[in-house]
Amino acid sequence: MMKLDARIPSGPLEQKWDKARFEMKLVSPANKRKYSVIMVGTGLAGGSAAATLGELGYNVKAFCYQDSPRRAHSIAAQGGINAAKNYQNDGDSVYRLFYDTVKGGDFRSREANVYRLADLSVNIIDQCVAQGVPFAREYGGVLANRSFGGAQVSRTFYARGQTGQQLLLGAYQAMERQVQAGTVQVFAHHEMLELVVVDGRARGIIERNMVTGEISAHVADAVVLATGGYGNVFYLSTNAKGCNTTGIWRAYKKGAAFANPCYTQIHPTCIPVSGDYQSKLTLMSESLRNDGRIWVPRKKGDTRPPNQTPEGERDYYLERMYPSFGNLSPRDIASRAAQRVCDEGRGVGPTGLGVYLDFADAIARLGKKTIAERYGNLFEMYERITGENPYEGPMRIFPAAHYTMGGLWVDYHLMSTLPGLFVLGEANFSDHGANRLGASALMQGLADGYFVIPYTLSHFLAGVKPGDGVTVGHAEFQAARSEVGRRTARFLSIKGKRSVDSFHRELGKVMWEDCGMARNRKGLESALARIPAIREEFWKNLNVTGEALEINQALEKAGRLADFLELGELICRDALEREESCGGHFREEYQTPDGEALRNDEKFAHVAAWEYAGENAKPIRNTEPLDYENLHLAQRSYK
Amino acid sequence: MKLVLNIWRQKNSNAKGKMVRYELANVSEHMSFLEMLDVLNEELTAKGEDPVAFEHDCREGICGCCGFMINGVAHGPQPGTTVCQLHMRHFKDGDELWLEPWRAKAFPVLKDLMVDRSAFDRIIRAGGYVSVSTGSAPDGNAIPIEKQKAELAMDAAQCIGCGACVAACPNASAMLFTSAKVSHLALLPQGQPERDRRVLSMVAQMQEEMFGACTNMGECEAVCPKNIRLENIARMNREYLRASWTFREEEAVAGGG
Repeated sequence: MMKLDARIPSGPLEQKWDKARFEMKLVSPANKRKYSVIMVGTGLAGGSAAATLGELGYNVKAFCYQDSPRRAHSIAAQGGINAAKNYQNDGDSVYRLFYDTVKGGDFRSREANVYRLADLSVNIIDQCVAQGVPFAREYGGVLANRSFGGAQVSRTFYARGQTGQQLLLGAYQAMERQVQAGTVQVFAHHEMLELVVVDGRARGIIERNMVTGEISAHVADAVVLATGGYGNVFYLSTNAKGCNTTGIWRAYKKGAAFANPCYTQIHPTCIPVSGDYQSKLTLMSESLRNDGRIWVPRKKGDTRPPNQTPEGERDYYLERMYPSFGNLSPRDIASRAAQRVCDEGRGVGPTGLGVYLDFADAIARLGKKTIAERYGNLFEMYERITGENPYEGPMRIFPAAHYTMGGLWVDYHLMSTLPGLFVLGEANFSDHGANRLGASALMQGLADGYFVIPYTLSHFLAGVKPGDGVTVGHAEFQAARSEVGRRTARFLSIKGKRSVDSFHRELGKVMWEDCGMARNRKGLESALARIPAIREEFWKNLNVTGEALEINQALEKAGRLADFLELGELICRDALEREESCGGHFREEYQTPDGEALRNDEKFAHVAAWEYAGENAKPIRNTEPLDYENLHLAQRSYK
Repeated sequence: MKLVLNIWRQKNSNAKGKMVRYELANVSEHMSFLEMLDVLNEELTAKGEDPVAFEHDCREGICGCCGFMINGVAHGPQPGTTVCQLHMRHFKDGDELWLEPWRAKAFPVLKDLMVDRSAFDRIIRAGGYVSVSTGSAPDGNAIPIEKQKAELAMDAAQCIGCGACVAACPNASAMLFTSAKVSHLALLPQGQPERDRRVLSMVAQMQEEMFGACTNMGECEAVCPKNIRLENIARMNREYLRASWTFREEEAVAGGG
């Protein structure tokens, strides 16, 4: 069993971060340049962290699998970023953002972490504005806000439907400035394949140059993973095709605990699947629910076109079931409600797996121009994909895998159970509990990167000697390197019949059916039997063409899928052992009479942190109790 | 529908490439263009042949990874659309298509339809930012920004750096890309302190990367998936001219202390 010390500072909630910052050790300006840091991933968390650490004077090597750090998947975030600025004077405060986030996460996150996040949110907006992020503005020149799910205040800042893009470009540009200054080195088109641990401390990585195929080792005083989430375990998700779990999975197998893998988020508003060639699902921003109304026909099997369904025969089910939050109910709740009406046979579209998101009322009330200003690019995207014009008829939407709240376990310092290994953004488990609210992912990524890691990493580095006598010649580096070489050779030598994608689709289907929006014991047990079988066939019958020392996209995908095939099993195991429903984890056995998630605080008000126990051994489930000192654990209600 | 695809196949930067002809049946009109290529690649893999390499990631038109020429047009026939969002309903049964990578000296081919666009990163590195270190920002509402200016800046900031503008330009010029970033920051108050230095260094870097000059052909604007406007190039020219007349490198002055 591991000892999980979250290192949460004592004292009142509001003073914890100040206290921690004061107690942390510093590295003097002249000594900073002697330390080196490896950053894996250059999205909002990794990009902002690399830039900030570079500004402080550390030597940073930043790695990303894309051909440019500007393309990390944070770029696809559409709707916005939350911050407790209370510019709208509508009752917001740091404490309210903290409360909404803990409640939205169904009381499965750490109070201290979430409070810090809410507290830092205001600094993020200031920083991004100063970088030139073109946020939406009012005619008076001040910043505009909109509402998002799970909140009754307007605290979301946005740049049309491309908020993630603009924030990422801000972080990317700040990082490029440091490249120019000589503190940051970028390795684009390089993929981390192994973590190197020396004497119990993370000391480096092994990576593959995706253009030449060359494998290299890198040593540093600390390693930071900001590699994003693992939603692609479902094959079809809103994630980019390359998003993968390899970074965190390799770290898990080297001793970092993996927390709450079963907390996965299904986003309610995505474009429905159209055929079996489908390669990904496209999100339609949650911000659309500000003005769009979600409905299905009242009657089962009603196939009339939407404009011929009279008002009285429509069921605006979110407004009916959750009158105070209505269409802005949190994601997990809205997704399950959509699934429920489709299960009742009231779904729309050719597959019956869809619901309407209708803007007719909003267009009548505000005019087409205003709607175009708010959502124009999203409407165009919808039309490009479906060939239908959402100004004229409602969109069809359906839930899809989107975000993963689980990730590597980290303490208050964002350090994993492996000393020297820090984890930021979606790759860690820290702030969203069992469900993330809309516009909070960008907030967390940037809080971690701009404002938390500079302090906590400095504190760690102040306690170690630069270099410490370890080089890439060390036996652990050699071993990790040959392990990577062996795995690559193995993929290429199987020469079976099936492509990587065919296995990935098969895994995704099992995960979606048995460990998706709703889960039960029988399904999870069946998944736990089927996944190892898929894995076995994968290693016998995989077909990877080409060679190791060249651009080989099939080889890249094979490496990522091999890790997903192991992670999938851990997700199901975690889902099976968590005998309660909370947030994105809905166990059919545990629900209230009206179908809401039923938590079991007595048994499960804790974090489950899984510890790798070796090949073919059952992983160990460690727990970190969640103590609520400030908030009262309550059944979530959005009614 | 059935399609004939002629695809540029090139093993690596040093190898000689050539067009290879493929026939593909059962293409659904609802597929995206890249999903159609996925199907081709599955078929090639099943036959033990090397699948076609192409860049792609988000497949929702925002990461800027994807892009190649379809019948001589960057990102294909639909205006304002990246190739990942182009759907097969815009093609018809029996169509014959030619797919080629971006062609530009500054974008060497890496493999098949993939090119090296790192020159774009180096242009940004030369000055495409506001030098404000983390922690030193004033309140977000301290400086009001005229809504129209903010919208114009956003229009320019939407660039995804895909490189279609360079590929479409007969001179392989990177003016649209560079001017989008110069405009974005020049239009905002936060961009003012480094306004002159920025445009001069970014343009210098653009030239160093061997991108061609702009001769106002407008092909870039026509293919841009994010509808970045030519007016940005005009703005950059004005910025450049102004900065060339007035900008001086400061002389080093030793500080006390």
